Amino acid sequence: MSEMRFTKDHEWIKVEGSTGTVGITDYAQHALGDLVFVEVPEAGRTLKQGDECAVVESVKAASEVYSPASGTVVKANATIADQPGLVNESPEDKAWFFTITLSDPSELAGLMDRAAYDEYVKGLE
Amino acid sequence: MSDIQTISGHRGLLLEEPLIFEQSSPGRDGIDLPEAPPLDLDRLGGLARKAPIGLPDLSEPQMVRHYTRLSQKNYGIDSGFYPLGSCTMKHNPRLSEKVARLPGLADLHPFQPQSTIQGALEVIDLLAFWLKGLTGMPAVAMSPAAGAHGEWCGLMAIRAYHEDHGQGHRRRVLVPESAHGTNPASAAMCGFTVDPVPANALGRVDVEAFKAKLGDDVACIMVTNPNTCGLFETEILEIAKATHEAGAFFYCDGANYNAIVGRVKISDLGIDCMHINLHKTFSTPHGGGGPGSGPTVLSDKLAPYAPLPFVVHGQNGLKLIEHAEEVEGARPFGRVKGFHGQFGVFIRALAYILSMGGDGMRQASTDAVLNANYLLARLKDVLTASFDGPCMHECLFDDRFLKDTGVSTLDFAKMLIDEGFHPMTMYFPLVVHGALLMEPTESETKETLDGFIRVVLGLAAKAKDGQVEDFKAAPRLTPRRRLDETLAARTPVLRWKPGANSAS
Repeated sequence: MSEMRFTKDHEWIKVEGSTGTVGITDYAQHALGDLVFVEVPEAGRTLKQGDECAVVESVKAASEVYSPASGTVVKANATIADQPGLVNESPEDKAWFFTITLSDPSELAGLMDRAAYDEYVKGLE
Repeated sequence: MSDIQTISGHRGLLLEEPLIFEQSSPGRDGIDLPEAPPLDLDRLGGLARKAPIGLPDLSEPQMVRHYTRLSQKNYGIDSGFYPLGSCTMKHNPRLSEKVARLPGLADLHPFQPQSTIQGALEVIDLLAFWLKGLTGMPAVAMSPAAGAHGEWCGLMAIRAYHEDHGQGHRRRVLVPESAHGTNPASAAMCGFTVDPVPANALGRVDVEAFKAKLGDDVACIMVTNPNTCGLFETEILEIAKATHEAGAFFYCDGANYNAIVGRVKISDLGIDCMHINLHKTFSTPHGGGGPGSGPTVLSDKLAPYAPLPFVVHGQNGLKLIEHAEEVEGARPFGRVKGFHGQFGVFIRALAYILSMGGDGMRQASTDAVLNANYLLARLKDVLTASFDGPCMHECLFDDRFLKDTGVSTLDFAKMLIDEGFHPMTMYFPLVVHGALLMEPTESETKETLDGFIRVVLGLAAKAKDGQVEDFKAAPRLTPRRRLDETLAARTPVLRWKPGANSAS
């Protein structure tokens, strides 16, 4: 199983071969509260690292999701658009947002691993 | 008391009230009309109605009771303290209401010949004169219908200026993280991309980070002053200077103008345009969804791009300009609204301005800031103030004081409802955790503020005392218990449908 990498904006990416799967972290869903709306990118969209790629809306706030890596969107998870609550239930597994073909895998070196991200989150509380 | 069950479902004088459609009884009506002559339905070109229109049938006394009962469930500025931050829920003087209802103003038609509405045009012109005078700005677009509409109007003027000067590539807008959500939304509506600017530890714009983001593709910056943390942007002159040196404009969100009316001239701050929420700062009813009104003051550079229509002094009195070619040098970007703006709100705002006078408005902004600082000073030892030092017209707390109590900002707000207060703004601005933003305005007496302070301190003590169950159950003294906001947002039921109530 490949390793997850994390951004400071609380997205995660899991890479297998040249394809990454992207989502938001458990910390992010907890901070947002109950999600009521999720917008995922269309397949074929080209993203640069840090681009706005999705929108999440909870009872408390609306927020953008930024792409952890550059590449082209392969497939979006239509289930979470119909069931935003799944992001609260299974943020780092079933409620992945989209898959992306990486155009520059070297970008991932700039992201945090699990231990570094946990440490980063601890500093926010 | 709250768990008493009555046979009727009413709770004393708090009367249960079904939806109006649920009370319908076919054939029941309020007016006895004569039989209508038969219509030649063939002449309607096949558009004749084939099914009943679906309006409820009720008697007049039923109707009167329905709306009276609904109004009794309402809570507004006329019922009590309403400290909603960034909203300036101030008192609406009855004098302004009376003036707005004068038949010579209220019964006008927007298509009347201009020679017959000179007084109405004078209301618009005189209000514009005051808004320009108070802000020190040379021009004002009167027609935007609310704050966000004014933002959009100002941004459209900025875009038109840039395009007119070979700078159409300027499409990036810098917006601080603490901004009202309408700022990035208006910029996006205008075709701009939004680039957020971080705040510093003092809750103000991080000037160095801001300068680093400036460039020749920046159309403008959008800054709220005082900002949504209730703080004056102390580096505003520096920000304006850097913005102009980069060839960009300075848009100011005027939502918090109530803190500085009569004390700060907007023009002195280097601002190029700012919308003014008449329905906040100049006291006209709002909070129920409108009508708002968002006149937008403009600098000399932006003035030619102001939208149509506008009022000028002509040879035969005041004149409403409806076409660009009527005025030399005018390059309006278009129209933003049908007719002339929110005229009923103009009347109330002008009545407020004239009855207060310059000295009165200066006193009002002073008292608004004093009241907010009184709340801050009395509450900050128990609640956790987000930033050090005095505030402007609103004071901001975060939820650190609730840490480990199990009580959330939301629970705290719901308890305030049981205590008879409208809650403050919660979870905004997003730059602090679990925000509680309170804006008392100048309307409130010290006695009211003291009553509110006593309740807030009492609730904080309850939370720390472990009475978390009470908080989770709140509100308990309202027509309904706590509503399931998540369910409502995920599966909204937006309209009643026939048969809907038979299931309940």
